[in-house]
Amino acid sequence: MRFRIEQRTEPSASMRVAAPVVATVLTLLVGSAMFAVLGYDPLSTLQAFFIAPLNSMNGLSELLLKASPLILIGCGLAVGFRANVWNIGAEGQLIIGAIAACGVGLFYPDPESPLLLPLMVLAGACAGMLWAAIPAFLRARMNTNEILVTLMLTYIATLFLSWLVHGPWRDPAGFNYPQTALLPAAAMFEPFDYSYRLNPSIFITGVAVLVMWLFTDRSFLGYKMSVGGAAPLAARYAGFRESAAVWTGLLAGGAAAGIAGMAELSGPLGQLSPQISPGYGFAAIIVAFIGRLNAFGIVLGGLLMSLLFLGGETVQLTLGLSSSLTRVFQGILLFFLLAADFFIFYRIRLIPEHA
Amino acid sequence: MIPRLELRNISKRYPGVVANDDISMTILPGEIHAVLGENGAGKSTLMKIIYGAAQADSGEIVCDGKLIEAHNPATSRALGIEMVYQHFALFESVTVVENIALAVSGAFDLNALAAQITELSARYGMPIDPWQRVHDLSVGERQRVEIVRCLLQSPKLLILDEPTSVLTPQAVTKLFETLRQLASEGCSILYISHKLDEVQELCDSATVLRNGKVTGAARPKETTAIELARMMVGSKLPEMHVTPSVRSEKPVLSVRGLSAPAGKSGIALSDISFDVHGGEIVGLAGVSGNGQAELISLLSGERLHRDGGSIGIDGKPVDRLDAAARRKLGLTFVPEERLGRGAVPPHSLWQNAVLTGHKAGLVRRGLVDRGKANGFARAVIEKFKVKANGVQAAAQSLSGGNLQKYIVGREIALQPKLLLVSQPTWGVDVGAAAFIRQTLVDLSRAGAAVLVVSEELDELFEICDRLLVICQGRVSPSLIRTQTNREEVGLLMTRIGGNNETGRSGQVALQN
Repeated sequence: MRFRIEQRTEPSASMRVAAPVVATVLTLLVGSAMFAVLGYDPLSTLQAFFIAPLNSMNGLSELLLKASPLILIGCGLAVGFRANVWNIGAEGQLIIGAIAACGVGLFYPDPESPLLLPLMVLAGACAGMLWAAIPAFLRARMNTNEILVTLMLTYIATLFLSWLVHGPWRDPAGFNYPQTALLPAAAMFEPFDYSYRLNPSIFITGVAVLVMWLFTDRSFLGYKMSVGGAAPLAARYAGFRESAAVWTGLLAGGAAAGIAGMAELSGPLGQLSPQISPGYGFAAIIVAFIGRLNAFGIVLGGLLMSLLFLGGETVQLTLGLSSSLTRVFQGILLFFLLAADFFIFYRIRLIPEHA
Repeated sequence: MIPRLELRNISKRYPGVVANDDISMTILPGEIHAVLGENGAGKSTLMKIIYGAAQADSGEIVCDGKLIEAHNPATSRALGIEMVYQHFALFESVTVVENIALAVSGAFDLNALAAQITELSARYGMPIDPWQRVHDLSVGERQRVEIVRCLLQSPKLLILDEPTSVLTPQAVTKLFETLRQLASEGCSILYISHKLDEVQELCDSATVLRNGKVTGAARPKETTAIELARMMVGSKLPEMHVTPSVRSEKPVLSVRGLSAPAGKSGIALSDISFDVHGGEIVGLAGVSGNGQAELISLLSGERLHRDGGSIGIDGKPVDRLDAAARRKLGLTFVPEERLGRGAVPPHSLWQNAVLTGHKAGLVRRGLVDRGKANGFARAVIEKFKVKANGVQAAAQSLSGGNLQKYIVGREIALQPKLLLVSQPTWGVDVGAAAFIRQTLVDLSRAGAAVLVVSEELDELFEICDRLLVICQGRVSPSLIRTQTNREEVGLLMTRIGGNNETGRSGQVALQN
């Protein structure tokens, strides 16, 4: 017997539905085996991973709180990814967005102004776009590789943030901790309920999902970008400019990441410190791909990713699993999810060998 | 006599189509056997099955009286079955002998192999220099390399897939001599083609396929072209109506002194000038790789030229305008590459309608109007009889010929003032090709200017009012179709201008 991989003439509709299910089942099986081998009870571990975080209002609030930046950034990145514009520096754009928003929040002359919050959203978006404009300019004009440039700019952003909170922006009344002063109340999103951390910034994400859907599924600009991604020669044939796709893709990602940074700052954080993101900018890349670069897929992807974050924390706290083990488990799930996608476009055939 | 190859009841289905349905045929040693058929008739599938690159679902293949089991290209080559593909698989950056060394088994001795290549290629009248790099070779020479590669294995059956589509008339004659010599030495030849005149000239027998079935067997030399065509198409061929052309006073497309440096492995264009008026079809003849691709991408606006010269559409200079801006002036264009250039492979047909149809009301206020795009795509599919699974079918799921019909239909439906067409009927079946040609004629008679780039002289002579010939990046002055002939054009295809001796005689031919 031999195996052969064949491309399907058309993507399989049934596999599209079955792929995530198959991936989940395989993850549960392999994960259970791994936990069992290491001496943990598989059922209670899985329970702690997937069920426990959702058991309380607080859990649900945290799930949405963490999913929100992932979905927001994922939507922004997917706009570019569809056109083969690879912005992997959303983490840096997030940081710069948060810095700009914090600057407005701290130094705006009237700390009680109702305009403060909208101005900070604007500042976050503009700063994120500005940071993304650097690789966009370099790629459109000099054909540099945006993957490298966006990644390197992330390190610059991280160090810039570190310098600010250790230096000029350090709170004089902060006991020498590397952090800024707390933002005034008018610069913060007011939580829906003070027992939980979820706040109205999630509506921004909701709007972003709708805009992303409209953009990719209905708009002509989104159409042009998908042509550029799928067949660059066809884009040139039709006269769609590549530089337009590069600019749109990078600026969309930058704006989304910048706003996400602002929302983190004005939501759970309240001030800047050297670590303001647990890697949302990088995790959002995975979210975009789990969601197949589709707006509603990204919502599901973001919720799943958020659950993995929370579940990982829960098993560490309640069962004492090591953090590397939880990451291995997260990796298994993502691996199976992306691998199962393969079968939407390809199939494996058994070829009987004549002896 | 034991047949060289016998197919018994071969069937092969792909999802949604029966590519081969109960096909049986016999090829004798030394026979030149044609497999004729429209596009999508199942010729390529059948050849892949014979070569072992695809497996039949049922049926048997018998070679020299022995049943072939566990069939793959390696076993085929061991049995002496060799295949020359339509699109060559050569490494351009290395020499001929190195390319061939990769394909032959045995010790890696380049010098011995080179001597063998020289000897063999000379014996069959198609000399090649084994130490030349492939990227310096013309298409015809590359084909020789492929054929010599096969001949080194002393094949018993040679399969050629549309071998003449890239050759000048003179090179075709040469190829046929080689093939006849091979056949006289006992090698069987399976010749896939849709060109009836060639099959009649070369082949002893023919099997005609239609929709995956054998619809007839014939002795081409004793059968008329019309009968063969009828077997292929299954109905009467439409007749062409070419009415006299009424030229517009001013040219729609005018090119003056256009020059461009050679791009990557391309041909430099030098000092090209011509006009295309409304109401006429102008043909650009030439062997592929002589600058057609460069010229057409400069005209379409996909590439902008920086050297000298100018391009004008309707009297306006368009040198600085990109493809989209030129389309706004009424230009549409059917490129040679359908998948990936003329259409986005994974996109559906309605999405591909938007690719160039966006200005024809398919986009409103920045949003794609799906209803209109669907309607547009459906109209094209209906009018051009595109075989597709509806407007939702992905472009890459269509056969080459059907996608070509779709793209030609789309560009014509946009009612262009100026239509550029590259290889309008490449890979399109006889019936559809006639329809496409008629549509081009009708379009031009309705006042549009049409420029057709084609390697098929027959096609150009059938529909064009004037002919241009391109060779080595130079374009000849225009020839009136009714006042020239294939031989004159064929000569120009190999020599225009240039610095060598043949170049000068080309000038003379032009003056005549």
